[in-house]
Amino acid sequence: MLEMLQTVWSGIPEILQIVLKIVVIVVPIMLSVAYLTLAERKVIGYIQVRIGPNRVGPLGLLQPIADGLKLVLKEIIIPTNSNRFLFLLGPIVALAPVLAAWAVIPFDDTLVLANVDAGLLYILAMTSLGVYGIIIAGWASNSKYAFLGALRSAAQVVSYEIAMGFALVGVLIAAGSLNLREIVLAQQGSVIHWFWLPLLPLFLVYFISGVAETNRAPFDVAEGESEIVAGFHVEYSGIAFALFFLAEYAAMILVSVLTSVMFLGGWLSPFEGIPILADAFTWVPGIVWLLGKTAVFLFMFLWFRATFPRYRYDQIMRLGWKIFIPITIVWLLVVGAAVLAEIGPWFD
Amino acid sequence: MSMEQIVFYAFAAILVAASVAVITVRNPVHAVLFLVLTFFTSAAVWMLLEAEFLAITLVLVYVGAVMVLFLFVVMMLDINITVLREGFIRYLPVGIIVALVVVAEMAIAVGPKYFGLEHFAEPARHMADYSNTKELGRILYTVYVYPFEIAAAILLVAIVAAIALTLRRRPQTKYQNAGWQVATRRNDRVRIVKMETEKKES
Repeated sequence: MLEMLQTVWSGIPEILQIVLKIVVIVVPIMLSVAYLTLAERKVIGYIQVRIGPNRVGPLGLLQPIADGLKLVLKEIIIPTNSNRFLFLLGPIVALAPVLAAWAVIPFDDTLVLANVDAGLLYILAMTSLGVYGIIIAGWASNSKYAFLGALRSAAQVVSYEIAMGFALVGVLIAAGSLNLREIVLAQQGSVIHWFWLPLLPLFLVYFISGVAETNRAPFDVAEGESEIVAGFHVEYSGIAFALFFLAEYAAMILVSVLTSVMFLGGWLSPFEGIPILADAFTWVPGIVWLLGKTAVFLFMFLWFRATFPRYRYDQIMRLGWKIFIPITIVWLLVVGAAVLAEIGPWFD
Repeated sequence: MSMEQIVFYAFAAILVAASVAVITVRNPVHAVLFLVLTFFTSAAVWMLLEAEFLAITLVLVYVGAVMVLFLFVVMMLDINITVLREGFIRYLPVGIIVALVVVAEMAIAVGPKYFGLEHFAEPARHMADYSNTKELGRILYTVYVYPFEIAAAILLVAIVAAIALTLRRRPQTKYQNAGWQVATRRNDRVRIVKMETEKKES
């Protein structure tokens, strides 16, 4: 059976092989996005002592499908005097880089689409492109609310990218590689060996910057429905709106996966190094651990949204420039010194 | 034609078309977006030259940060395009002469006489495990460490200077001290006064 599959696989032309590999990664992401929306509504519902959606299908499990179908069937309204080409380009530009970034994510020791040496840089470059979708959409809509949302978003993303980049430089110094697979392998040993401990401030800064970069609550001034209606996507309807929605949730999943890969040991088992438990859990495939760690961060995204009120704009800027960037710079010096001094158990 | 050549010509064609569009389109926002496309495709061409570090850094720094701010500014400008195009015919002859001079200079400098294969041999192909990033880092911090550090110091001074130029303390400017705000306790702001209920005098 396996040999037959292998011969069939090698018979397919190379381009088709690559496309198939991409489909195998993108389809589960899209499904996760769909069910993340349901999870969000359920989790926030229970936090606010409601039930959340429970009408469509058993326990409301078909709700995302119904929502998706509704959005696909709705009319796309293009505002008068808007720039038609850029208006439709916006949602595509928002979604494409988020999906492209998944190419270098290692799901397992061997399970990675492109084992690139400059993987970390590639991730940073791709996540920094997502803001174009928002800016283009806000400008092309020919609407003041949308434009205000786009400007807020642009300023915010550019500010938090710096802190994010510095946090990743810390990971780079600690692991000694830009390759995501080698970053995970550098954390081997036990839970203590994972980078969350030596890089604790960078870990927190990275995750909070990730929340800000995805424009999620409490940093969602780009949407700011109480002030600017819905911000950059106020003029969008139907599938064009759905693409923004997909992009935002796919970015959330991406940030969560990256945080687990860089600070919580990726696919490594949390029971590693503990005498009996480590042997008892060796049968669990690594991807399960990675997805479990990702789910924790995704839950935190939802938890933040249910807990914190929205930041004021000047507070966001103060947090990004005057708190996060100094913290990361100071901790880079600490990490550099620790690597030079070969302080164990991480850098020896 | 090999796959690599097809990819190269596709990206090169987009690159040239986009850079022509940057200087010809009327709308400044469109021009900036074409410039973004130009950077992106030139990054792809660099990638074909096995310079993946420079290619990704180009996308990260120029496309991801510089052009976002550029777009930000251009979008907020209220540019009257008819005024911009007023002197077009008048300045056209001078413009053509300058353009021709630049083209001639480029042809001499980049042409085969000084830049041909006999002067610069074709770079050797590297194996799949060759890391351009590592090589670049090694040479930057050993052979070129002083120029690199001097450039970094100059940039730092430029940042400090830019901040110093805009940092003006005016007495009427109001700003918040987050430390005070956090340290404030309830008793600093509110005083609860207990009063006996008073009877209405009859």
